[in-house]
Amino acid sequence: MSQTNAPPAGVGDLPESAVSTRSISKNYGAVEALRDLSLEFPRGQLTSLLGPSGCGKTTLLKIIAGLLEPTSGEVEVNGNKVTGPGPDRAFVFQDFALLPWASVIRNVAFGLEMRGIAKSEREGIAEHYIKEVGLGGFEQSYPHELSGGMRQRVGLARALSVDAQVLLMDEPFSAVDEQTRRKFQEDLLGLVANENKTFIFVTHSIEEAVYVSDQIAILLPRPSRVSEIIRPSGFRDKGADNIRRDPEYLDIVDQIWASLRTYVE
Amino acid sequence: MPPRPICDAAAPQFTTGNIPMPNRATLLKILSAVLLFGSWEIAGRIPVSFAFPTFLESMEALYRMATDGTLWAAYAETLQPLIVGVAISAVLGITIGLWVGLSDFFNWLFSPIFIVMQAAPLAALIPLLVLAYGIGLTSKVLVVCIMAMPVIVLNTASAVRNTPESMKEMGRAFLASDLAIILKIVIPAASPVIFAGLRLGISAGFIGAILAELKITPTGVGDIITYSRSIADYPSMYAAIFSIILLAVLFLNLLEKTETVLFKGNQRGYVSD
Repeated sequence: MSQTNAPPAGVGDLPESAVSTRSISKNYGAVEALRDLSLEFPRGQLTSLLGPSGCGKTTLLKIIAGLLEPTSGEVEVNGNKVTGPGPDRAFVFQDFALLPWASVIRNVAFGLEMRGIAKSEREGIAEHYIKEVGLGGFEQSYPHELSGGMRQRVGLARALSVDAQVLLMDEPFSAVDEQTRRKFQEDLLGLVANENKTFIFVTHSIEEAVYVSDQIAILLPRPSRVSEIIRPSGFRDKGADNIRRDPEYLDIVDQIWASLRTYVE
Repeated sequence: MPPRPICDAAAPQFTTGNIPMPNRATLLKILSAVLLFGSWEIAGRIPVSFAFPTFLESMEALYRMATDGTLWAAYAETLQPLIVGVAISAVLGITIGLWVGLSDFFNWLFSPIFIVMQAAPLAALIPLLVLAYGIGLTSKVLVVCIMAMPVIVLNTASAVRNTPESMKEMGRAFLASDLAIILKIVIPAASPVIFAGLRLGISAGFIGAILAELKITPTGVGDIITYSRSIADYPSMYAAIFSIILLAVLFLNLLEKTETVLFKGNQRGYVSD
């Protein structure tokens, strides 16, 4: 998939959407969190929702997940209207949301357990994904025995193990340290390339968004709306190590900061 | 990527001098017991009061009552209201606590009853219970329940109400039914506080069982206490009190062990600490 840098939604040559939101509005009492927000999320790609704090990125993600109900508008996943959480979407939480009394393997298998899959089968699947995220050997450990980064790997394995087509990630790397975060970002590029899934990724870090995304939707706050869609493409094939010094990468980071800085107090 | 080793898992156990940690804990327990019983013995020998026997005299009386069977007959009597009352309080208390914690309506309905129950001066209410339910087992079970239940209900309710929101959200995101969220997330998350409530409730139940025997009809261990006091056999009286405390401590330890086995990872707090 090679595309030229076409800033505002040049929909022509995009792959079909896995997820679309249509005129989503969300009010909390008198507060308008989202207003008339429409976005397309191309299949097999990673779309970031980027914006200053309080711009409703997480609200939008939870509406897509079916955890929150929009005041008006609708979400479609693979052409089906979202009415609540579903097997086609999995969620990675900012605070990991692991069960502290359950071992790593039970945590990873939780989604499968809720789908009624037999114990031996779900533990087999869980073991596979625990190895895949690099936690092989920690199956019987408890969350408190793991570092923050390892806990989020458990959260990631849990989301991968239910094999949903859409992975929703709510600032997944914001609670881990800088070095772990960099490693995570590199691993995420590998996941997007190898797993045939659609990723929706909420972040407040401009560099992170530009580094990992196929498409960046910039949201502006109060009420939240999409101000710009950026599709970085020039540096995707140059290898994970070269992205951060690619001129296009640096230009996009600057460009986004220029448009966001007036909204940051 | 290879898994990174975690430092504290591989680190040797903390040691103080040459005594490893677990042994040190046992040693401290023995030391504190020796200190307590030693000062009891000294206080009895001074004596601080004519009515205060020494530790050894009390233990001798305990041994005598255990060998001639008085003690076992007494416990057969005392354990009835205690076990029935504690069982009812635990099952009903946790169930009602769950309801109260999960639903605002049940909170409105039940909370005031248990807050009043907890604050009520029970000894003063016993005559009313006797009036209504007689002097039999029912009244004694009720006394145990009134002592034990409120703290179990109130602790369970507040623990359930404070389940971390993100864990419940995680459950919904991974398609857990409402029942599964309660069974697999809310109850285990609340279990440390539920168990804390159980411990407090059960200790209160022990007090209730003895109180009932002192205030309603002198039977069982309460009878030994009342009777020994009336004939000034203070060693037997203290032996009876000692035995009930010992039983309570053993029972609470057993409860703690159960909790550790059931919810292993909970000992070290929540992930989002």
